[in-house]
Amino acid sequence: MSSPTSTPGGRKRNRNDIPATRSIGSTSPPSQRRRGQDSSNADLPAMPTSPATDIASPTVHDTSLFSSPRRSVLPSEVDMSSPLMYGTPSSRVEGTPRSGARGTPARQRPDLGSVRKAPQVDLHSEPPSADGAVASEPSVGQKLVIWGTDVNVGTCKEKFQRFLQRFIDPTSNEDENAGLDLNEPLYMQKLEEISVVGEPVLNVNCGHVQSFDADLYRQLICYPQEVIPTFDMAVNELFFERFPDSILEHQIQVRPYNALKTRNMRSLNPEDIDQMITISGMVIRTSQLIPEMQEAFFQCQVCAFSTRVEVDRGRIAEPAVCRHCNTTHSLALIHNRSAFSDKQMIKVQESPDDMPAGQTPHTTVVYAHNDLVDKVQPGDRINITGIYRAVPMRENPRQSNVKSVYKTHIDAIHFRKTDEKRLHGLDEEADQKLFTEERVKTLKELAAKPDVYERLSSALAPSIYEHEDIKKGILLQLFGGTRKDFSQTGRGNFRAEVNILLCGDPGTSKSQLLQYVFNLVPRGQYTSGKGSSAVGLTAYVMKDPETKQLVLQTGALVLSDNGICCIDEFDKMSESTRSVLHEVMEQQTLSIAKAGIICQLNARTSVLAAANPVESQWNPKKTTIENIQLPHTLLSRFDLIFLMLDPQDEAYDRRLAHHLVSLYYQSEEQIEEELLDMAVLKDYIAYARTYINPRLNEEASQALIEAYVDMRKIGSGRGMVSAYPRQLESLIRLAEAHAKVRFSDKVETIDVEEAKRLHREALKQSATDPRTGFVDISILTTGMSATARKRKEEVAQALKKMIQSKGKTPAMKYQQLFDDLRGQSEAAITKDMFEEALRALADEDYLTVTGKTVRLL
Amino acid sequence: MPSSNDWINNPLGVVEEMFVQSNSNPEWEAKVLEYFKGKLKEKQAYSWIPSLNDVPLHYLKPNSLVKFRCLVQDMFDPEFYMGVYETIDPSTKAKVLRFGKYKDVTECGVDLNSRNTVTAERQTFYCVPIPGETLWAKETYARSSQARVVPSTSYIPSRQKRSYEEDDEMDTQPQKQREPHTELHANGDSKRQETEAPSGQTTSPSNASSPLDLNFPLPGERGPACLVKVYEDLDSFKLNDMLEVYGILSVNPLLSVLCEEKDPSASLLDPTESMETPEEQRAHDPPASLVPRLHMLHARPLQHNNPLLPSDRAEDQHAFVSSFMVEMASVRAEFLAYLTHILLGDGLAAEYLLLHLISSVYARRDVLPLGKFTLNLSGCPPNSSFTESLHQVIQELVPCTYRLSMTLHNMNSLRLVPRKDYVANRLVSGALQLARNTSLVLDETRLEQGQLDASGVQNITALGNLISWQKVDYDFNYHQMEFPCNINVFVTSEGRSLLPSDCQVPLQPQVTPPNLEEYLSTVHKAQLTSQINKFRVYLSVAQTLDYSISDEVTKAVEDDFVDMRKDDPQSVSAEDLHRMLVVARLLSLSLGQTSLSREGWMRAKHIDMLRRTRSQPQTTVNGNEP
Repeated sequence: MSSPTSTPGGRKRNRNDIPATRSIGSTSPPSQRRRGQDSSNADLPAMPTSPATDIASPTVHDTSLFSSPRRSVLPSEVDMSSPLMYGTPSSRVEGTPRSGARGTPARQRPDLGSVRKAPQVDLHSEPPSADGAVASEPSVGQKLVIWGTDVNVGTCKEKFQRFLQRFIDPTSNEDENAGLDLNEPLYMQKLEEISVVGEPVLNVNCGHVQSFDADLYRQLICYPQEVIPTFDMAVNELFFERFPDSILEHQIQVRPYNALKTRNMRSLNPEDIDQMITISGMVIRTSQLIPEMQEAFFQCQVCAFSTRVEVDRGRIAEPAVCRHCNTTHSLALIHNRSAFSDKQMIKVQESPDDMPAGQTPHTTVVYAHNDLVDKVQPGDRINITGIYRAVPMRENPRQSNVKSVYKTHIDAIHFRKTDEKRLHGLDEEADQKLFTEERVKTLKELAAKPDVYERLSSALAPSIYEHEDIKKGILLQLFGGTRKDFSQTGRGNFRAEVNILLCGDPGTSKSQLLQYVFNLVPRGQYTSGKGSSAVGLTAYVMKDPETKQLVLQTGALVLSDNGICCIDEFDKMSESTRSVLHEVMEQQTLSIAKAGIICQLNARTSVLAAANPVESQWNPKKTTIENIQLPHTLLSRFDLIFLMLDPQDEAYDRRLAHHLVSLYYQSEEQIEEELLDMAVLKDYIAYARTYINPRLNEEASQALIEAYVDMRKIGSGRGMVSAYPRQLESLIRLAEAHAKVRFSDKVETIDVEEAKRLHREALKQSATDPRTGFVDISILTTGMSATARKRKEEVAQALKKMIQSKGKTPAMKYQQLFDDLRGQSEAAITKDMFEEALRALADEDYLTVTGKTVRLL
Repeated sequence: MPSSNDWINNPLGVVEEMFVQSNSNPEWEAKVLEYFKGKLKEKQAYSWIPSLNDVPLHYLKPNSLVKFRCLVQDMFDPEFYMGVYETIDPSTKAKVLRFGKYKDVTECGVDLNSRNTVTAERQTFYCVPIPGETLWAKETYARSSQARVVPSTSYIPSRQKRSYEEDDEMDTQPQKQREPHTELHANGDSKRQETEAPSGQTTSPSNASSPLDLNFPLPGERGPACLVKVYEDLDSFKLNDMLEVYGILSVNPLLSVLCEEKDPSASLLDPTESMETPEEQRAHDPPASLVPRLHMLHARPLQHNNPLLPSDRAEDQHAFVSSFMVEMASVRAEFLAYLTHILLGDGLAAEYLLLHLISSVYARRDVLPLGKFTLNLSGCPPNSSFTESLHQVIQELVPCTYRLSMTLHNMNSLRLVPRKDYVANRLVSGALQLARNTSLVLDETRLEQGQLDASGVQNITALGNLISWQKVDYDFNYHQMEFPCNINVFVTSEGRSLLPSDCQVPLQPQVTPPNLEEYLSTVHKAQLTSQINKFRVYLSVAQTLDYSISDEVTKAVEDDFVDMRKDDPQSVSAEDLHRMLVVARLLSLSLGQTSLSREGWMRAKHIDMLRRTRSQPQTTVNGNEP
């Protein structure tokens, strides 16, 4: 710490985050400030140096080069003696209309490491010439590099400005760039945005930097602490050159993100220390806001002379003597005139997908500074870009030994929520799995095989025997249709997800199939109808006990957005729980109006449900609806409804036995092979889901139309409707999914054929009228087969006739009437049928039923 | 061997020597590992090293080589430490390179700005003694140790005497403590009841002023927990692995000082330290006197925890198994007779219990675990000590077991599933965090009518998942994580169990002794220790055998299945075939046959048929009941 007695100009210490350059040659500006490292290497010691990045270690700080526009980080830049300069940074704003780089106050960047100093060279013990020379000599002439790095400020600045001015990314599809002209330099538009909006933060995608200038990118990753301030400087120069009249709260800060260095918390190692990294994870805890003192304000109790002392590595050097009146120990700290910055500790846990099986997730501490504080909440999935730090445990003055362990944390520069997009409904770019070229090649090879569809479906749940059509259906569900957006024409999104219901006898491995699917897909949820409530499925509002803040907790359906929600024991679900599924299964959204929170969440989930028949065994004499007792409104939302029944035939038994026995004696290696299959299958699905978006071609559309017309025709011959537009939509989805299986961008006739076949199979199983043996879609759409409806009418007519034949009796006994009807009719008439008939007649205003009597009208 | 004392008593000296010799060539690390591995390979070397499991901590020499038989309960975040650093002598200004590996604390006068500093990475595992380890296993391990750690010879017997009492109580009493109403005969443990009942799962070390939760999976466990620092092959270790860790014991009192005596003003200003919650500090930096640190030099994963089986080398084990195979059939007959006595003369139930005890998940096909054989013994007399005595018998036979009394209170209040505590940043253990092949006895006869609350339902679901899928979903608050397990679940119930099971056998007692307890204890006492030891070996050997089915037998089984279905499709389902195949497998293995024979299959079918005819009338009776 330089002594407080120095002149205002000379007082300015360098801040550690400012690139240190050793100026050699004529460029050094006249206003040389005194270098700060005369303060000893005190107690808070060096950053650990990893063996690999040997040269990154010590950095000498000297900000002398940046006397103008970027004084940025230095609060001390502004004249200290000015009476306007008291208090927190905001109060330091000059009263005069400010514009231009000079007038805009710089804001500290604690994220770049203000408190802890980078290691400094002890100039006495180390031959200074050697180090200095190594860094600067190779760069001949006027080239200056920041000490310990190979960064030349001038070049770096120039390069970055060129990047800002020229970088164009026509293929960009990031949500941040929505509304920008992609053929114009991207970042210039963003600067313009800043000048309009006034939010002085420029987010820079490191991927862009890399594609523009790989060397600059490398420097950014390796020496973020030095390069980012240089970027700041460059961007401010450019900005104020362009928009000289803009008024900003503080100077623009560059926030790089998406550094490809590290994606996974587990792979962080000592070599990443002090480098810029991006990791993904989930926030598990955030601390309270911590005010961190940046500058202490002291006032003399005797003469009221005031002075400021900057915090140096967590310590304040209390002035012992008042400069003004020379009284010793008269200065007192005035808290509310000291400058503080915000800080928050955030604990991040690695996301479950990144973890090897059988281990526990790792956690990392992240510090957020200033406006990044309170940007994230526990439970958020985020990508953090920041600088990885390691700090040795504090040396205890009374102890000569030190714990040999470092504390590590990340100073956050940029947060990006990965689940935020779910709310906005844009495509999940963060989910994109990166496939190696090799992998893509194997996948494409697999796709080229003519029997890929069969192969994949048999790789699905190999332990479950046969049920090939069901597996095929589930396979198509895993791939899903193409997402279509008709919001312009007012119909909103079309559902692309395929919903499947499995019904059948207990013990036909439905649950196992569900478990398998749940394990296969990255975003699967498994719930049991018995145990889940409506809120467990959708979302509920919770009050945080500490902050009293209302928090929206999402349930299984929202969590499985873009995935599959497996619901076992669908029939056991309560009525109210099931009702929330109506919206999800067609509109793919969830509306919540609770405790003052009204919102619509996306729940683009496929539902794979399993239901048991009401009577413990499936009754083949009853329709699907009667067997599982689910409302037809819900059933019609399933694209495919399969019955899993015991086929009871010898050949099947034999194959089943063979399958099971082989299951029990296969050796380890064969099992290994299968595991590999599952991984391939996973990748195959992930690849197809992200990269393949098939569209219907002409023939396929024709085929679909024909198929639909055919389906309608079948029914019309018997006076009933056998297909609805919903079925057509199902067909389209299935055909698209099948095209995805083939990695084809076009939906062709074969896809339609398979979709038709599968749909027919499913209908044959579930929508066959047990009385007539015909497929009757109205069983699923209205809950009653056409024959049953006809029958109902007949009973009603018979009843009417009977009543009429009785002559003028205004009132009849209910039981009497029932018995009469039963006696009269040849077919057995149940009480239900009788009541239905009565209701039908009541609807005709022919009679009314009051209690036990029936009155004619 | 004179030199042995050196590497056992002063391993750091050995490391130091190698480090100095290497001249800062990074290869020294590999050399150290090589050296200790070689030393440990020597005959009997294992037994010279004192074990933390049977020697109390204060009898062990700090910085000496010790071993610890443990379960990886939690894995902490990796930490960076100074692998190599330089110290400066304040008086002479001489610089010396030193190593930080296998140490917690650095030497004096670290030059923190030195360029020779090498940062390295290590990870800490929180290890606890294997949960539910039975008394006989502990004793046998202790007896086989030849370590001479204590100067006074009089010490060892006295210590063992004490451990008898303690462990005896530990193994049988925890259930009693939680249900003092039903079991009043608690023999003199009222004192412990008082001390432990309020603290619940917390095992309080008697001398600590504030109790430290050592986070044992099972209530009432004792023994040292240990922070094992792992340097190599971090990825090869998994949660719940059973390990025998060989490492350097570090109980440096400085560790406790460093974390407790903090300058309050410093912590105010240095945010990195004030950031850790006190809970986290306690969980991650407990006093070394209570939770010693162990710097791992070598770890041996344990496939089984049976001290009677040679575990050192694969060849040894192989020879042992093949020599034992000859005896298998005869031991089995004896064992079956013994179990039949225990199960009141019910031979079929004894047969099934035997099969259950040797079952083990040997593979997983996608989500389906193969080889599990959960047994539900129904018809157990309620409100008697039968189930408890049965568990005592099992305790004498298997190395690890735990009896969970499914009282309503237990179900509602116990934490079965491990849960991540984000405040303390650790995995809070639950009773289902068990080592492989632990025998879990669920006593449903203790369940009474009443209301299950939310956590009770969760516990029941967790048990159901464990039985059906052999996995436990650990609660990570924001998500769940699935950990596969391999636990033999044995359910004793009065009627049919409410939990799923692979196989249900109603108990049909042939004898009705007037005093059940006395009867069982006489049966139990009649067995010689040598015989019991044979049974113990038998169970472990049968569990590890390989098994295959020939094509010919496959065909026969298929035919058989088709025939059975032809007669009555309702009678046999795919599930039944699944079960019969498991039964056939276990039956063959129990006889020491490593492949299925036709007779084996017929036998399996036969006993399954017997079992089914036995349960048939019962189910119809149940069905007719209102």
